[in-house]
Amino acid sequence: MTQPGEVASHGGSGGAASHGGSGRVASHGGSGGAAPGRFRASLESGTFTVTAEVGPPRGADAGAIVEKVSQLREWTAAVNITDNQGAAVRLSSWAGSLAALSAGVEPIMQVTCRDRNRIALQSDLLGASAMGIPNILVMTGDHPRFGDHADAKPVFDLDSTQLLWAAKTMRDDGRLLSGRELKPPPSWFLGSVENPSAPPVDFRAARLGKKVAAGAQFVQTQYVFDTGAFARWMDQVRDLGLHERCYILAGVGPISSLRALSHLEERVPGVQVPAGLSRRLRGVPADRVADEAMTACAETISEIRQIPGVAGVHVMAVASEHRVPVILQRAGVPPALHARSAASTAGGVPAARAAAGGGGHAR
Amino acid sequence: MDILSTAAAPPGTAAAGPPVSPQPVTPRASARSMYRLHRLLEPNPVYRRLAALLDAVPLLRRLFTAAEKGVKKEIFGCRMCGQCALPSTGYACPMTCPKQLRNGPCGGVGGDGRCEVYPRMRCVWVTAFERADSQGRAGDLLRLQLPIDHRIWGHSSWIRYWQGQDEDLWAGAGA
Repeated sequence: MTQPGEVASHGGSGGAASHGGSGRVASHGGSGGAAPGRFRASLESGTFTVTAEVGPPRGADAGAIVEKVSQLREWTAAVNITDNQGAAVRLSSWAGSLAALSAGVEPIMQVTCRDRNRIALQSDLLGASAMGIPNILVMTGDHPRFGDHADAKPVFDLDSTQLLWAAKTMRDDGRLLSGRELKPPPSWFLGSVENPSAPPVDFRAARLGKKVAAGAQFVQTQYVFDTGAFARWMDQVRDLGLHERCYILAGVGPISSLRALSHLEERVPGVQVPAGLSRRLRGVPADRVADEAMTACAETISEIRQIPGVAGVHVMAVASEHRVPVILQRAGVPPALHARSAASTAGGVPAARAAAGGGGHAR
Repeated sequence: MDILSTAAAPPGTAAAGPPVSPQPVTPRASARSMYRLHRLLEPNPVYRRLAALLDAVPLLRRLFTAAEKGVKKEIFGCRMCGQCALPSTGYACPMTCPKQLRNGPCGGVGGDGRCEVYPRMRCVWVTAFERADSQGRAGDLLRLQLPIDHRIWGHSSWIRYWQGQDEDLWAGAGA
């Protein structure tokens, strides 16, 4: 283990001195020295930044990822590639991230602590840096109990805060958890997650501070449906000054069918759908739920944009990526990438492609 | 009730067998009493020498470790990771979290504070925050708990604590 003192400083720039004079620590917790990626550059420019999420396929087909991320290219600064989301086996997040890179879309590679011990995690992180994956999102991960291999051994050798700290140490000090030197050290933009509305609510902002101290330069939150509660969390975040040391992206997403609504209400841990939103979606004809959900999501984004200290939104519309541009248009958020004429793949944005769960399948 | 009895595993601890997911345990002693008790157990030269003796004599070490295990299992659902975080977590054991998170709760805690993995149980981090906060010790939860050493499972954390061997368990306090 490395010297305890170096992580202690809660101050982003104040921590610089303790890093052996490497001089790497900039605002927002340090850079690997590489040119900032598109996502990071967008945040640093102060632009309201949009990210989205893509779940890799259950199958050996990178083409599915290329197709999905291509729908998001114009509208997002980067796209999360999930790591066996819901503890169900999918194509790996690093391979998915490489597929996104090949399609010209900047990935945010999700890394969970569920399936790998500290040896495998550090190895995968090195691989990500070596292959040019610029952003890493560290999270605990859903318990295997909820997935398609409930009989699996849960690993959780490190927790997400420890993994953030390990990654920061690898990058800024050029050392593994064992203390061994890395030549050359990796470079990524490091992020984490937080759920502002899950108990203990009064601890959640301070806990983000802990993750920032450990290395988080950006955070994406769990779904925000109750913007009032989110605003109260942001009050605490600003009181702690965390918005100045960590870019905060609020998680949003459309609830595209009544089936998805029931799923969120009953099956997704840590997510609460306000009764008002639930009534609103149940109150429209089944074939209009998806459209109403996009409007509701757009309204949420507009409200979030008014909250000081918020750097952007993370739109989670897994399996309905084509809806993301519509939502952003309705929210009045401009495309991230201005007309780069090669927009061959993003055509036909509208809801014509009603995916499963959009229309008559409800209920 | 025999506090040293290890026969009846408290709810939340697997009796034996391969490491299954632990279940959150609500401590059976108040936070206040534990913070008080801790003052009596802080390292001093006497304890240090005692711990060195216990460590040096295998029979004594085994007996002492078994006693520690019995007491802490009964009160906290202790699983003997050997790297005790209790004083930093309102005396609610984070190793009884199904994900064994040592730095705070996951994002899946239910609206009423229930554990996402065992919905009939209360999240141990919700318990920890309430207990620490009630004693003005919520700041302790901001310490960065470093990755644990898995070679130390089964060892007495008291012997280690009194000898100053667990001083790299955590680093700094945030905020």
